[in-house]
Amino acid sequence: MSYQLETADNREGLRRVAIDTVSRVEGHGKVTLLLDEHNQVREVRLHIVEFRGFERFIQGRPYWEVPVMVQRLCGICPVSHHLAASKALDQVVGAAKLPPTAEKIRRLMHYGQMLQSHALHFFYLGAPDLLFGFDSDLAKRNIVGVAQAHPETARRGVLLRKFGQEVIRITAGKRVHGTGSIPGGVNKAVTREERDLLLKDIYQIVGWSRDAVHLIKELHAQNPALYNSFGICRSNMMSLVGADGDLDFYHGSLRARDSNGGILFDGVDYRGYSQYLQEEVKPWSYMKFPFFTALGKENGWYKVGPLARVQNCDRIPTPLAEIERREFADYCGGAPMHAPLAYHWTRMIEMLHAAETIKDLLHDDAILGADLAHTGARETEGVGVIEAPRGTLIHHYRVDEDDLVSMCNLIVSTTHNNQAMNEAIRHVAKRYLQGKEITEGLLNHIEVAIRCFDPCLSCATHAIGRMPLAVELIDAEGVRVHAASRDGAGAFDPAAA
Amino acid sequence: MQPGVVIFAVGNRSRGDDAIGPLLLERLLPWLGAAARAHEFELIDDYQLQIEHALELRGRRLALFIDAGVDTPRPFQFYPVVAAPAAGSSSTHQLSPQGVLEVYRRIETAAAPPAFVLCVRGERFGLGEGLSDQARAHAQAAWEQLTRLCRRPDAARWRDLANTPGPGAA
Repeated sequence: MSYQLETADNREGLRRVAIDTVSRVEGHGKVTLLLDEHNQVREVRLHIVEFRGFERFIQGRPYWEVPVMVQRLCGICPVSHHLAASKALDQVVGAAKLPPTAEKIRRLMHYGQMLQSHALHFFYLGAPDLLFGFDSDLAKRNIVGVAQAHPETARRGVLLRKFGQEVIRITAGKRVHGTGSIPGGVNKAVTREERDLLLKDIYQIVGWSRDAVHLIKELHAQNPALYNSFGICRSNMMSLVGADGDLDFYHGSLRARDSNGGILFDGVDYRGYSQYLQEEVKPWSYMKFPFFTALGKENGWYKVGPLARVQNCDRIPTPLAEIERREFADYCGGAPMHAPLAYHWTRMIEMLHAAETIKDLLHDDAILGADLAHTGARETEGVGVIEAPRGTLIHHYRVDEDDLVSMCNLIVSTTHNNQAMNEAIRHVAKRYLQGKEITEGLLNHIEVAIRCFDPCLSCATHAIGRMPLAVELIDAEGVRVHAASRDGAGAFDPAAA
Repeated sequence: MQPGVVIFAVGNRSRGDDAIGPLLLERLLPWLGAAARAHEFELIDDYQLQIEHALELRGRRLALFIDAGVDTPRPFQFYPVVAAPAAGSSSTHQLSPQGVLEVYRRIETAAAPPAFVLCVRGERFGLGEGLSDQARAHAQAAWEQLTRLCRRPDAARWRDLANTPGPGAA
């Protein structure tokens, strides 16, 4: 665990390269590199414009509006916010335990979200780098390039995502802006016809998900030296785990391991998260840096998301995904894997688990039930934690006597991975950029490392004409000596004025 | 029977002028009902264009994409778009309209239906902001164009109504 390359000595005398914005991640990210006169990397930072102001957006609203409103925070994982808010507000309405039908419908919605999000990331964000190479032709290295060169892979990616969206539509009422989950339960049952519609395709979906695990395994086998070391950053890991240490995306207790796999804490009721986690503010980034209180800022940072979850749990409670988890563990030789490219492998294991879980839930008649919500004695505070596609998502609210939200605290998945992403790109910069002239292909190595974490930086503003990527080289006197740009259609201009 | 025309409106209602597209679509729904034309149009409202939207083009004879634009000439641009092999965005996993058409062409191995973009100039995109005054005026101009389009949903007629050749046109 190191803060090397976070802040250079004598920063004013160094050359600055900015990657603004990071491509194929959601929202606005910027990487700055400071190089000395010999192109030696002296400082590397990932800056992110994240959920600033989101808490204020929520405060003052009636609590029952919150599960719907929070979906507007993010166009990428609105269902995760919808459910995390609902779980927190379950406590406010006194629903200590949901009716089985409600919990299973929420689970179905959530696992549909995991399936579609992981499919999109692997087939359309990760695959261009993995299938074509990190410094391959930029014109091909995108979603459309995958569709051209690997049409069947692309078609499966589209249909996997579409299936996940259908699960969300049926359980949330609508695919976008759904209202299905409410404080205390859900407001919509699943009909037999809807269940049968999904059952028709689920076996194909499980099969394609299994094929996707095999595809990423083959890629690892073809180049283990790259996959096992690229951007490696040893760290602690954290996730929810379910009963008996099972992988569980919807509910459980907090568990953390150190970089060697030893347990740091386990069985922690997530309502007490603030006793275990703190956030550091650094002057150069809008995004905070969380750490485990007991270990302090320097040693307490951690990873979340698929790589953490699959290694943090004791088992996966569906058979095909459990076989794949064991094979992954064997590949790692009994020690935790810390190389970011392994996020792709574990993400596909999770996608397979999501598909299997959806299949099991569709065969469970409880999802057809009519007991949809419970309430009890009112409380003034609630904490909801869920494992979103990108990692642990925390929603914490206080509600006043007028039913208005008086306090809101959100810790989103990408924030947990802030230090890990910074460490990964520092490793990549040292390994690949040291002493070299910067090219688009080399810069993409930095972006590949970031994309492994599937960060969500957005949210959801996207108007046509936005999100170019610009790189500037600035000399020691602060004069721009070279500039390059990549527009929203992917064209790279190495000599942009 | 599936409607022959699909209209996508893209944007986040809580992000200032990004709401232009969804708000135009919201206004269009009762207008189509009153005109007894609702059965001809499928209306799809989403945050971003994504790969699965390509599947919504199946069996359509015409497609329209409504979005807010940052540097779009005021008040709006209306133009035809076609599938473009180089339309994959390297900036995000969201797709451009050209990208959606290209994904359709690749996975369906068929030509996409004639498609058009109605891009309305936006000014402010902050979280929690409403529409700016300028965007309201742009949206009103775009509304008049939108109702002209819906009165005669015909590709040849829509080409006549284009006010720019669109990006990439010769």
